[in-house]
Amino acid sequence: MMTYNFSVSPDFNPSHISGWYIFNTWLQRTINEDIHLELYDNFELQRKAIADDQLDLIYANPFDAALLVREKGFTPIACPSNQSDEAIIAVNNESTITTIEALNEGTRISSTDDPDVRMMCMIMLEPAGLGSHNTVLNQRDTYVLVAKDLLKGDADVGFFLEETYNDLSDFIRKDLRPLVRSQIQVIHHLLLAGPKLAHKRDEIAAVLLAMKDDSKGKGVLESLNFEQWNAVEQEETEFMIDLMDTLTAE
Amino acid sequence: MQDMKPDNIVGEHREQTLSFHDGTQRKVFTTETETPIPDGRLIVSRTDLKGMITHVNRSFIDMSAYQEEELIGEPHNILRHPDMPSAAFKDLWDTVQGGKKWHGYVKNLRNDGGYYWVYATVIPNVRGGKIIGYTSVRRKPSRKKVLEAEALYKTLS
Ligand SMILES: Cc1cc2nc3c(=O)[nH]c(=O)nc-3n(C[C@H](O)[C@H](O)[C@H](O)COP(=O)(O)O)c2cc1C
Repeated sequence: MMTYNFSVSPDFNPSHISGWYIFNTWLQRTINEDIHLELYDNFELQRKAIADDQLDLIYANPFDAALLVREKGFTPIACPSNQSDEAIIAVNNESTITTIEALNEGTRISSTDDPDVRMMCMIMLEPAGLGSHNTVLNQRDTYVLVAKDLLKGDADVGFFLEETYNDLSDFIRKDLRPLVRSQIQVIHHLLLAGPKLAHKRDEIAAVLLAMKDDSKGKGVLESLNFEQWNAVEQEETEFMIDLMDTLTAE
Repeated sequence: MQDMKPDNIVGEHREQTLSFHDGTQRKVFTTETETPIPDGRLIVSRTDLKGMITHVNRSFIDMSAYQEEELIGEPHNILRHPDMPSAAFKDLWDTVQGGKKWHGYVKNLRNDGGYYWVYATVIPNVRGGKIIGYTSVRRKPSRKKVLEAEALYKTLS
């Protein structure tokens, strides 16, 4: 029997790691296929696996979805109902900065390598006349390290995926303050099938949509903190990709 | 397109007649009230090949001060402000019809006579190698860029 490879966008919430393994076990049993889950530590490693055509099923970041659909022949399957990708720019609670426009040239940014969060946050800095040419970027491996940069005064602003900001411990979050939050609504992660799994795409979509009505499936959803999967049509994804396209640098 | 209605205008206004590229005209009323785009928002719309609006998001509706029903099916020049030079839009159309991405600073007219500045990107929607429509996403520009665009457009219109 053929083994398919499944991976999750490296910006997954660390507390959902076991959830993804549970999901994979459930999916293998339900569609009766061998699927190997590989979680990568960073975007670079996952991009390499994508470039080398090693992946057949991906829960992808909207940024990577563009490449997967337009260049690698992936088709969208489903997305979780309760999650759109929004970004937050936060400051130390004691910072004198209360608006984006109050930020100056030379602003020190702390960010992970999460590409869509980085992009959305850089866009939110534009009204202050800031861009990569007149800011200083510290890249960190995790959002907790970004938060620590703010707490220690090593960065003026930090870039966060909203969900991970909300998941920071109260102890950390009480000393931070969101300066601005994106309200884009239409950008989200989604599950995509690669060419080798294309023949199973409709079957996977059907079992995912039915998950919420089944007690086992419901438990699996809970371990990922998803309410349910929604169907995603090709054109909807093309629209999201067009939108991402308008946002990426000229 | 319908002329603007004086009843919708908020505050002291000026009356002007816009001429569009297709020879049609519209009477518009403008005020000096600027509404900045709230931080973190993106204003999204899609059009068909002729520039008729097919989709708008919530931020688009809020910023334009129209109702959704008043926008869908209308030409996108419903937002055209008399301070915008037609050369900017010719460049927009030439670029996207050529399959490329267009960027620019645009002053848009609200249904209440006020205006809002955006940094706009327009791209062709390509499906199966064919352009089937256009998408535009607009965001809040820096004040400096707005002042530069304002000065430039005065020399063009
Ligand atoms: C996707 C898309 C978005 C557009 N957005 C705007 C806009 O926000 N404001 C505007 O004045 N024109 C916009 N235009 C250009 C209009 O279609 C039109 O060219 C312009 O208002 C000038 O009118 P005219 O070309 O009929 O003379 C857009 C065009 C496209 C294709």
